[in-house]
Amino acid sequence: MIRTLPSSKIYKAGFRLFIVIFLVFLFAPLIITMILAFNDSMFPSLPWKGFTLDWFFGKGPKIIGLFNDSFNLRGIATSFKVAVSVSLLSTMVGTLAAFLFEQENFRFKGALYFLMIAPLVIPGVILGISILLFTNSLSIFIEDTFGIYLKFLTPSFGLVVLGQFSFITTIVTMIISARLRKFDRTLEEAAANLGANRFQVIWFITLKYLRPSIIGGAAIAFLMSFENFNTTLFLVGSQSTLPINLYQQVRDGSTPVINAISFILIITTSIVAVATLNRGGSRKS
Amino acid sequence: MQAALSLSVKNLTKMFGNFTAVDNLTFDVEDGKFFSILGPSGCGKTTLLRMIAGFYQPDNGSVMIQNKDMKGIPPDKRPVNLVFQQLALFPMMNVYENIAFGLKRRGERGPEVKKKVNIMLERVGLPEYGSKKVTQLSGGQKQRVAIARCLVLEPEVLLLDEPLGALDAKLREHMKVELKKLQVKVGTTFVYITHDQSEAMVMSDYVAVMNSGHFEQLDTPQTLYNSPASSFVTQFVGENNKFSVNLVKDESNVFFAETKEGFRYHLSDSFNLQDSESFDMFVRPEAMIINPSRPKPNFNIINADVKAILFDGGNSRLLVTPEKSEEELIVALPQNRQFDYIQAKDSIKIGWDPDAAVYFKQADERIYKDEI
Amino acid sequence: MKSDRQPIRWSFFIFFIPVFLWLFLLIVLPHLELLRMSFLGSRTSTFTLNNYKAFFTEPIYWLTFVRTAMYSILVTFIVLVISLPVAFYITKISSFKLQGLLMVLILVPFWVSELIRVYGWMILLRESGVLNSFLVGIGIFKEPVEMLYNDVTMVMGLVYTSMLFMVVPIIGVMGNLDDSLIEAAHDLGAKKIVIWKEIIIPYCMPGIMSGSIIVFMLVLGSYLTPKLMGGKNALWFTEQIYNQIIVYFNWNQGSAFGFLLLLLSSLIIWIALKLTRQEFSKVVK
Repeated sequence: MIRTLPSSKIYKAGFRLFIVIFLVFLFAPLIITMILAFNDSMFPSLPWKGFTLDWFFGKGPKIIGLFNDSFNLRGIATSFKVAVSVSLLSTMVGTLAAFLFEQENFRFKGALYFLMIAPLVIPGVILGISILLFTNSLSIFIEDTFGIYLKFLTPSFGLVVLGQFSFITTIVTMIISARLRKFDRTLEEAAANLGANRFQVIWFITLKYLRPSIIGGAAIAFLMSFENFNTTLFLVGSQSTLPINLYQQVRDGSTPVINAISFILIITTSIVAVATLNRGGSRKS
Repeated sequence: MQAALSLSVKNLTKMFGNFTAVDNLTFDVEDGKFFSILGPSGCGKTTLLRMIAGFYQPDNGSVMIQNKDMKGIPPDKRPVNLVFQQLALFPMMNVYENIAFGLKRRGERGPEVKKKVNIMLERVGLPEYGSKKVTQLSGGQKQRVAIARCLVLEPEVLLLDEPLGALDAKLREHMKVELKKLQVKVGTTFVYITHDQSEAMVMSDYVAVMNSGHFEQLDTPQTLYNSPASSFVTQFVGENNKFSVNLVKDESNVFFAETKEGFRYHLSDSFNLQDSESFDMFVRPEAMIINPSRPKPNFNIINADVKAILFDGGNSRLLVTPEKSEEELIVALPQNRQFDYIQAKDSIKIGWDPDAAVYFKQADERIYKDEI
Repeated sequence: MKSDRQPIRWSFFIFFIPVFLWLFLLIVLPHLELLRMSFLGSRTSTFTLNNYKAFFTEPIYWLTFVRTAMYSILVTFIVLVISLPVAFYITKISSFKLQGLLMVLILVPFWVSELIRVYGWMILLRESGVLNSFLVGIGIFKEPVEMLYNDVTMVMGLVYTSMLFMVVPIIGVMGNLDDSLIEAAHDLGAKKIVIWKEIIIPYCMPGIMSGSIIVFMLVLGSYLTPKLMGGKNALWFTEQIYNQIIVYFNWNQGSAFGFLLLLLSSLIIWIALKLTRQEFSKVVK
């Protein structure tokens, strides 16, 4: 049944077959998508009409490749900017939150903790709508009361960042908290005993210890932000992010340029993911 | 008439790749005995136990339990049960459910199960503990539940895989005695593996000393201690002072043992001199006598400096260095306080009867690793 | 312990203030606004229960709601049934060398954007898709069949996109399950089914629950997969919300729907936790 228990050949083979089918199920759509990025056809479909790189580099007029497609390039640039901002912001606040919940005691800590994990169980769509409604009401209120029009409170780049930040920070907090919980606090006490103040203790001891989880948290925040759709959908202004762009193209009929984008995204996310996992792996050992 | 055999192992062999974990072992365990397998980590004792339990298939040889060949019989169908090293109590069940688990798997239901579990709880000294959670128990209590969980199934042989390993020293001492008493009470055959020689010696009727896949010696604890069969056993069981020596002959054709510093020691008359150019001589700390009179002519006496007094109540010893030597020797301090005057840095004489020493050829010594 | 940290309470405020602002401005206030808006008439801006009344009187609304809830439970269950053996194979059966590779293989696809994964299934399954060309090509189908846009495909898509969030927590707890527990159960005479029922599943319950909650939430709040893979004439509840907010611009009705979705999700999670006697804060960790 497990490695150390004798089990029948049928049991082992059956299990292996199950895992192979599972892996095929996992990878089939991704691999097909990637392969069709190189098909010399106007549609992301079979039959295979020959290998081409036009969907990446084509200059038109028949095929405009990804690298000459300003609409999608803008989307990628916007998503990248959003993801960097969200990643930085949520890593900072997430680190503070980890310290707050793991190392401090205060009244209503339980209630605040509950609020902190609540975004895990709030559907992204609802989060997007509530922030949309709230900032809209707030901007009306401010305009009525003070006569000032605050542009960042209407759907825009800033609002997308805030919306994604609101739930990604929860994930980052949990990643960093998990490591902070394992931290041996006598190290801090030893440092304090040797003359370090609280700030120095955190800077030289605790943050050094947390570094792998902070980097991991930032990477995960980046990926989550880059691919976010549900929350972004309601907050996006004139600058569309890549997922929003892609969605419109997929919904309204697609060309293999989407496969080309997918190819690049799958490859880069895989590299980031494997790098993060490897860091995690070496950290454990 | 011979006593019935609970367990009979013949030519048992297990390989992992090129590594022979268990090497052609043959031994018998009589009914109702406490049998220990003692060896350093990596000597193959766990592999042996797991083959008896049925978790590993042997590459060669057979395991017979109550004269039935166990070949091809899975662990759940064998009349043996295993007490795991980490105990493996089910954390999602309480004490009662843990003990009843095996009975229920046999299809037993109703008041009979309850009666058996309660009798077993009584027997291991944990009545009223049935509804406790496993996590609420102390280390020693967990131990007894793990054993009770197996004994309730009335196995022919109970296998124990270093179950005292996780306990702290004081509790371990206590559990040794408990375990022995329990075994005598229930009369089940116990096969116990451990790397702790004191556990094996205290509890067992027979001890097999295991080293790199084979048994160095299988004997009663007394024989093991007094007449070790190999250099390995000598060093593994109990404490010993070791002298690496060469055989030399003096002008009058008398043989001596000579250390590399040039000291000469008398040898036992029974020492077999054949082709023993270099060998190891072992003397137990309690065979070392402080400031002795010379009871017989070949009695060895040396001058030594006291380096430290290792006071440990009834087990107090002296750490001494023979003069002009870097070697360290351990000498037992008799408990009549007659040597209370000895201080560190004193010079004393120590001596031993060559007949109390044991001798093994250096070439005979199997690889003995220090990190046991 | 407490007293020697007294003079440095400022560190508490450095942790507390950003976290509080995050949770108060981006979680609490927006949801209060959502609640407030749901009780306002769309034209009158006065208190009304009409938005909720509309939900219960229009069968299309509450039917969508029930359908969404039912399908979410079904998807969660299917995901669980697939995840348990997958996690078991990785943690208990595969060789240690294979283990790390399998972990990476299983994690990587889930880092890829949901949109791209759904797109992959679309180009595989649609009428002009890869699978159809293949099956027609080898003569199994006489003509292409539309495999997209039905509930079975949608459920499969939802299972696919949310799988990871079940597999990972279960691997987490199952990895900690000491093999000797399974060996002991086997030694005491338990069959495979009993070992699963009495040992493995009870032991993995925290992981199963946290996986189930997250999968359920993701599926319930999912928008892309039902929209792009589901039947054209049966909506997912998030689509109803989207329609109210973006298409009809009826924010008050949309708020009421959003709030109902939030209520439903909390209720179902609460019931599940009660039934399995788990605690939310423990499960989420």
